Amino acid sequence: MAVRERLSGNEAVAYAIKQIEPDVMPAFPITPSTEIPQYVATYIANGEIDTEFIPVESEHSAMSATLGACAAGARALTATSSCGMALMWEELYVAASDRLPIVMALVNRALSGPININADHSDSMGARDSGWIQIYAESNQEVYDNFLQAFPIAEHKDVMLPVMICQDGFITSHGVENILLVETDSVKQFVGERNPEHYLLNAKEPMAVGPYAVSNYYMETKRGQREAMKNARKVILEVAERFEKMTGRKYGFFEEYCLEDAEYAIVIIGSAAGTCKAAVNKIRKETGKKVGLLKIRVFRPFPEEELAAALSHVKTIAVLDRSEMFSATGGPLGAEVQAALYQAKADADVVNYFYGLGGRDITVEDFEQVYSKLERIAKEHKVTDKYDYIGLRK
Amino acid sequence: MEAAYNLKEIMNKPERLAPGHRMCAGCGGTIAVRAVLRALHEEDRAVIGNATGCLEVSSFMYPYTAYEDSYIHNAFENAGATLSGVETAYRVLKRKGKIKENYKFITFGGDGGTYDIGFQSLSGAMERGHDMVYVCYDNGAYMNTGTQRSSATPQFADTTTTPAGKESNGKVQVRKDLAAIMAEHHIPYVAQTTFTNNFKDLHVKAQKAIYTPGAAFLNVLSPCPRGWGYEPSELMNICKAAVDTCYWPMFEVVDGKWILSYEPKHKLPVEEFLRSQRRFKHLFTRGNEDLIVEFQKEVDKRWEELQTRCSE
Repeated sequence: MAVRERLSGNEAVAYAIKQIEPDVMPAFPITPSTEIPQYVATYIANGEIDTEFIPVESEHSAMSATLGACAAGARALTATSSCGMALMWEELYVAASDRLPIVMALVNRALSGPININADHSDSMGARDSGWIQIYAESNQEVYDNFLQAFPIAEHKDVMLPVMICQDGFITSHGVENILLVETDSVKQFVGERNPEHYLLNAKEPMAVGPYAVSNYYMETKRGQREAMKNARKVILEVAERFEKMTGRKYGFFEEYCLEDAEYAIVIIGSAAGTCKAAVNKIRKETGKKVGLLKIRVFRPFPEEELAAALSHVKTIAVLDRSEMFSATGGPLGAEVQAALYQAKADADVVNYFYGLGGRDITVEDFEQVYSKLERIAKEHKVTDKYDYIGLRK
Repeated sequence: MEAAYNLKEIMNKPERLAPGHRMCAGCGGTIAVRAVLRALHEEDRAVIGNATGCLEVSSFMYPYTAYEDSYIHNAFENAGATLSGVETAYRVLKRKGKIKENYKFITFGGDGGTYDIGFQSLSGAMERGHDMVYVCYDNGAYMNTGTQRSSATPQFADTTTTPAGKESNGKVQVRKDLAAIMAEHHIPYVAQTTFTNNFKDLHVKAQKAIYTPGAAFLNVLSPCPRGWGYEPSELMNICKAAVDTCYWPMFEVVDGKWILSYEPKHKLPVEEFLRSQRRFKHLFTRGNEDLIVEFQKEVDKRWEELQTRCSE
């Protein structure tokens, strides 16, 4: 039986952590993810869970300690945002190459500067090449559900990669929504215990972690990580299927919203998908125009083929990026989507828009304008700007 | 607390750092590691941590490890934090009945990874009181990258980033006193030592550090033949001179109480320590006598401060 609740995204993640009851959680406060370790520390203080919290002196140490705990054989996780994750940068790569199934609750926030505490994907998008699996959420329900699926994906023997469960700062992390919680017994059964194959505290087989590997071995390490990322595709879907059996809620690499017959589509990540859905509903109701949405859930591994197939019939596509990469082609999601479409020899015209940087609002009207631009491009067969901004001050 | 020190017995214990690693002849680093690991009770298991540095790249070059125990290297600046995670995992897994054996946690870092880039991580791990030992093998410079100055480098040392030259006498600043800073963390055990007297001082201190519950810090002067410029066979003489000139006093701080471990009968002039090292060669050219006087003043000042602390 599901439990009905009203929780913020941070509360939902903290509650998922409580239900999973991991062994070790090192964390350092940073807005807007600070609440997560606060809640966990409170559960521990009240004797509700048997978890060790390490109040480290920096995010670099948070990821370092998480890495040590995970290598030791414990189930370990951390939470952070923005500059906190940037400080962990080096460690993100180490965690992935050491093949440690760490989970991070990332509350997306803009990177400095200027310093800004609001939602933006520049933190996780910058880490897209670090070797972490990245799963994004639109709502509190999704971030909770994704979090419950994180350890089964990370710890699968064919994967053994760290997983980042992302949600939008404040919009999702602090917004309170209705949510259906899974009963704790079911969560425990679904997630199971961690049974590592190799670990530091294995008395039968001492282990060395973190070697110096020069040119004769480094490349194979990276090849191994790629193979694991490839395997993760299958595992992510298997875990989602198991999750659906438990809850009835279905998850894949992405969500298609009114996409089946769509002529004009938006591709987006995160909470703004909700606003986009409202625009789709409004346009379809008022004008009957065939507009649709593809919301990315899994950004790493990126589902190139599936995405290209889902968009194969669409005339024009707008990819919306909530982070910059200062390339001539636009933003990171734009680049990935366009590469996937190019590989699939798709002939849709694609534009890339930056929106919501540093937490700037995006409205239903903004999405309506994007759809009408897509319609115009389809008619004129002319893309004047490969990338543009939504809601930029003139 | 422990049986009397018996060199033969101690040296006959099985090595926990296997031969075949790639450290230089005459390097103090591995001598420090072997000596510290000898202080482990044979029946106890350990997880060894390591900051990036000579020791790491020479003792765990894939696919070979020189460690008989479990070992973790993470990065340059986070040996403290990394082992604090391992130690915490041990406590919780032991509590949950998933681990039965006794483990000890010892991490090694050079002075670059300890005094400088890893200072915050070290301070955090010590302040949080993890049951672990952080051992700094202090060779007074970034040796792995080719002898760049660190905050452990003594004044006037010729390093590749403080080269002695026409307009330079080597490093301008005096060295940071890390053992004292660690003592100010109010952890149960801090000690400074080196290789003298049949390794007794180091052995006893390593044993105390490992078997005192809570966080412990050991600072071990570990000469580097390449960075200091000495013949490998001179290693032990240099350590003895470091101690007898009081450049490197040996002491411990037990629950806040400062205890002097060794007081030379005749405190030797600091030249006895400096002379055999290429990095101080320029101090012995004509006209630089005042630099040695200045060096001696610093040594005397610190020795007096230490004596005061130890007599309180």
